[in-house]
Amino acid sequence: MDLQVALLLGQDGLTNGAIYALLALALVLVFAVTRVVFIPQGEFVAFGALTLASFQADKTPGTLWLLLAAGGLVSLFEVGAALRRRKLGLVAPTLLWNLAYPALAAAIAVLGHPVAWPLAFQVLLSLALVVPLGPMVYRLAFQPLAEASVLVLLIVAVAVHLVLVGLGLLIFGAEGSRTPPFSEASFEIGSIAVNGQTVWVLVASLVLVGSLFVFFDRTLRGKALRATALNRTGARLMGISTVKAGKQAFMLAALIGAFSGVLIAPITTIYYDSGFLIGLKGFVGAIVGGLTSYPIAAAGAVLVGLLESYSSFWASAFKEVIVFTLIIPVLLWRSLKSQDIDEHQ
Amino acid sequence: MMRRHLGFIAFVGLLGVCPLVLPEFYVTLLNYIGLSALVTLGVVLLTGVGGLTSFGQAAFVGLGAYSTAFLTTATDLPLWVAPFAGSPWIALLAGLLLTGVVALVLGFLTLRLSGHYLPLGTIAWGISLYFLFGNLDFLGGFTGISGIPVLSVVGIELRSGRAFYYLIWIVVLVAVRVIQNLLDSREGRAIRALQGGTLMAEAMGVDTARAKMIVFVLAAFLACVSGWLYAHLQRFINPTPFGLQVGIEYLFMAVIGGAAHVWGAVVGAAAFTILKQWLQDWLPSLLGSSGSYEVIVLGVLLVVMLQRAREGLWPVLARLVPDTKQPITFEVTEVSPRNPILALGTELLDCRNVRKEFGGLVANDDMSLLVGAGEIVALIGPNGAGKSTMFNVVSGVWPLTSGEVRFRGERVDGMGARQIARRGMSRSFQHVRLLPCMSVLENVAIGAHGRGRAGVLAACLHTERREEREILSFAAAQIERVGLGEFMVAPAGSLPLGQQRILEIARALCANPSLLLLDEPAAGLRYLEKQALGELLRRLREEGIGILLVEHDMDFVMGLVDRCVVMEFGQKIAEGLPAEVQANPAVLAAYLGGAL
Amino acid sequence: MSGVAPVLEVRDLCAGYGRVEALHHVDLVVGSGQIVTVIGANGAGKTTLLSAIMGLVGRSRGSMFYEGVDESESELEKLVALGMILVPEKRELFGAMSVADNLLLGGYARHCQGYRDEAKSLVDEVFGIFPRLRERRLQASATLSGGERQMLALGRALMGKPKLLMLDEPSLGLAPLIVREIFLIIEKLRQKGVSILLVEQNARAALQLADYAYVLETGEVAMEGSACELAADPKMIASYLGLAGGQ
Repeated sequence: MDLQVALLLGQDGLTNGAIYALLALALVLVFAVTRVVFIPQGEFVAFGALTLASFQADKTPGTLWLLLAAGGLVSLFEVGAALRRRKLGLVAPTLLWNLAYPALAAAIAVLGHPVAWPLAFQVLLSLALVVPLGPMVYRLAFQPLAEASVLVLLIVAVAVHLVLVGLGLLIFGAEGSRTPPFSEASFEIGSIAVNGQTVWVLVASLVLVGSLFVFFDRTLRGKALRATALNRTGARLMGISTVKAGKQAFMLAALIGAFSGVLIAPITTIYYDSGFLIGLKGFVGAIVGGLTSYPIAAAGAVLVGLLESYSSFWASAFKEVIVFTLIIPVLLWRSLKSQDIDEHQ
Repeated sequence: MMRRHLGFIAFVGLLGVCPLVLPEFYVTLLNYIGLSALVTLGVVLLTGVGGLTSFGQAAFVGLGAYSTAFLTTATDLPLWVAPFAGSPWIALLAGLLLTGVVALVLGFLTLRLSGHYLPLGTIAWGISLYFLFGNLDFLGGFTGISGIPVLSVVGIELRSGRAFYYLIWIVVLVAVRVIQNLLDSREGRAIRALQGGTLMAEAMGVDTARAKMIVFVLAAFLACVSGWLYAHLQRFINPTPFGLQVGIEYLFMAVIGGAAHVWGAVVGAAAFTILKQWLQDWLPSLLGSSGSYEVIVLGVLLVVMLQRAREGLWPVLARLVPDTKQPITFEVTEVSPRNPILALGTELLDCRNVRKEFGGLVANDDMSLLVGAGEIVALIGPNGAGKSTMFNVVSGVWPLTSGEVRFRGERVDGMGARQIARRGMSRSFQHVRLLPCMSVLENVAIGAHGRGRAGVLAACLHTERREEREILSFAAAQIERVGLGEFMVAPAGSLPLGQQRILEIARALCANPSLLLLDEPAAGLRYLEKQALGELLRRLREEGIGILLVEHDMDFVMGLVDRCVVMEFGQKIAEGLPAEVQANPAVLAAYLGGAL
Repeated sequence: MSGVAPVLEVRDLCAGYGRVEALHHVDLVVGSGQIVTVIGANGAGKTTLLSAIMGLVGRSRGSMFYEGVDESESELEKLVALGMILVPEKRELFGAMSVADNLLLGGYARHCQGYRDEAKSLVDEVFGIFPRLRERRLQASATLSGGERQMLALGRALMGKPKLLMLDEPSLGLAPLIVREIFLIIEKLRQKGVSILLVEQNARAALQLADYAYVLETGEVAMEGSACELAADPKMIASYLGLAGGQ
């Protein structure tokens, strides 16, 4: 391997690593607030990418039907709950968000002829279709289990992952898609060609990470989310709605996931089930951060990207084996470090 | 007695008749149910009983299958493997050996992980082993290995699915029985105690790392045997059935069947396999395209089950069958204590200049403490004074920073909680640590862990019944001793909190201690119950047991103890007879606030 | 109870965990500006009562009026925003967050009602009551001592501008010296017009402080009356006051 190749691989690794880092942050966020190990994170990546690809192929994206169906189901549950408590007045905002909004989005997507739109608007519409699925998934699968143990929530997360993969196959079919890059530009730094998409990915990641930090450290709402993560009962007694916190966390995670999908779709072909491995690699990063520390999780994820990139050069058949085996010494190290915590009251 | 076994006998009878009357398709289905049940049994043992969750069991199935496939088909083997080649039976042994080694290594690496890290670790090695199977040329890559020989048992060639059926289900029934035996034993209680957290189990002398490893290796063995059977049934293998997805399915089966019950494995495997088969037949035609859409329905089903019926199917079915649980048999007899009764005043505990720091925070500083046999010493002081820290340091939960602790003359600082417990120091906890679903008797019997010697094999085969009877009798005697005799078989969780504390004392007594450490034993007790507790502690004192207790209720302490040690800010500020301490100005200022 | 407008009125309240009912037909009134105490042995249902009033535990029956309005079906968040605030037995602090952040979150329920502007002066007020919290304002709340934690829990509740403050065993696990300090502060809060519902195991101390008292036994109100009456009641003395110990 000469320097040229090494730098090229480094660029690849960094790009993927930045995506993994975003996913790692979302995982840390969701886990901290809801204690859900969010295995289905990867499906949002795939849904984001494939929705955008559908627009570009002038097809109605299947996520539309998913959004309408999930919204309808949530509405049904909420109305049922309201009827039981004889407080129908309270469901108006729910219906607005779960029925009216999807209908509006559907109308725009079907009638607006998005294939002719500029890429940026297509991206926005894709996000607008995929992101609300996050809170809906929370409402349907996790909210009724808010007091369950982490293990039960983890098993539910795995089940939701399988459901979403199955649905992905149903609505997008088995073919993969690639989308055009955000920027065709390419420039040279020293002897190495840097393409525009890489810059996009890196800048977008940094901006997102920075805004998350400000949100959690400086705003009352962000602190309330952190408080929910630390002590649910305590948060509830301060009037912080854990349900709202959960939905917000899932919304942020869906946003990060779908946006990552849009970012990565020009780099690799995305299939309905590609999200899982991408998500899991974000996961390895998140675990490096102990599912609690944002900066360490991000650094871990970048490391995973680099490791993957270089091992694909030397031992491409064993790329996945190497990446996922990395997790074990990391887990071991973490558990040795955090041994006492388990036994503290 | 007969009624209890009726359901089981009917079930076995039905199983025996099935292949004689059912068409080939259903026999095949039952074969797969049996193979899955075997793996799921391991998942139940891990998840439902031991509290460890694994998504990676399919990888162990793969190890079993690939071992036999490779050893029975490969032609030019290196010299050191050659002796294992050819026979499926030797291959089974080799597979178990390999699985054992891999499980030990993976177990060593991942079992230390607490909570959700373990299942995440299993996802990781589940994926790694799958890609390893698919990328190793000598294992046929993703195409796999074919031409695996037919298995023959006592001269009968198991060529057809019908013939194989009996072998599979005999193995399943034997495995169920063996696991049931194990759980109903001293080792089994140690495994079940894992769910209550390692702190309690270690303090009762249970080697929790070993208990975890036992369930992990056993579950891996069950998966390996299933893989071996699978390879010889199919006579062709590729990596697909050993991937993460299938590993997840095994966990689903356990949840559907009832992860806390041995029979839940069989029920779950049956329900899941039949439903999946049915969905695979119907969904593609319903949806108009082919693909594995059954995961959508199965996933939704699992979510709904976890939301609405987390116990799984087995408890519902079990209600239809009259009482399948064996009644516990025990008799209350006095068993001679293991530790000799010490002469009054013999020095038991001697702490010298103990210092404990957390980070920069000094929790205990220059603490010295003496407890003799037949003496009750109270450790009192305001909240945050470091009393509980002192308890945890003395009992070996935390290592001390400097100083020394001697127990019956021997240096014990630096030893773990388990070693110290085995030397005759036993404790209760400020926040009650019981297994709420287990009976009072079984909870207390955990305390007698150190009394037994029988190992896992003896427990699986139930050849240790004599020892088991002795342990239960001794435990029952301790329960009578603390006055909870009427609650012997009640679930521990059904007792009021105050009596759960007393139950913890019985459990500690079961270890036959010479020194008892009691953390706030009177909290939450009513007046009469407090008096009864006082009586019990006095009786124990007369028997020569030393007692060190932390307590907030001054009335209770003052009338009972021989000496008080008062702590503030991690240090000892006074020591002496209760009356002396009460009059000590430093104590009044710090603790009693001058009110008395 | 006559003469004072009730701030909280609970009628025929039944509540429990899952299928187990732990509270049976409880009626309870807290008069405006009063201290009302609920006494009872461990497991009598005192904590369940407070949790059921706040809606942390499912209510199977009964109604609840707060400042004369039926709030039986209201969400926990709404009750908190209305000034019904519970300091739970376990304090439930945000351990890894600083004392200052814990306090700040105390008023979260009013974040839409101009809380941001008054937060600073409210924090100063709390520091005035608990000077020790000011010294530790940047420290993580998990590193506080037991007494300081109770002070922070109380201070955090005050940030929510309570009209009805519910205290679950504020003396639990605290040394007598700190208990007395806490009780003095409770008395001061009442003088400022805060109504207080106090759950306490230390019956004697509670009766000294309270205007009115309820005695819970196995989930039912066994006795009620003015604090002076109950303190002199022979049955009360036999079963609760005789063994209160301590002070």
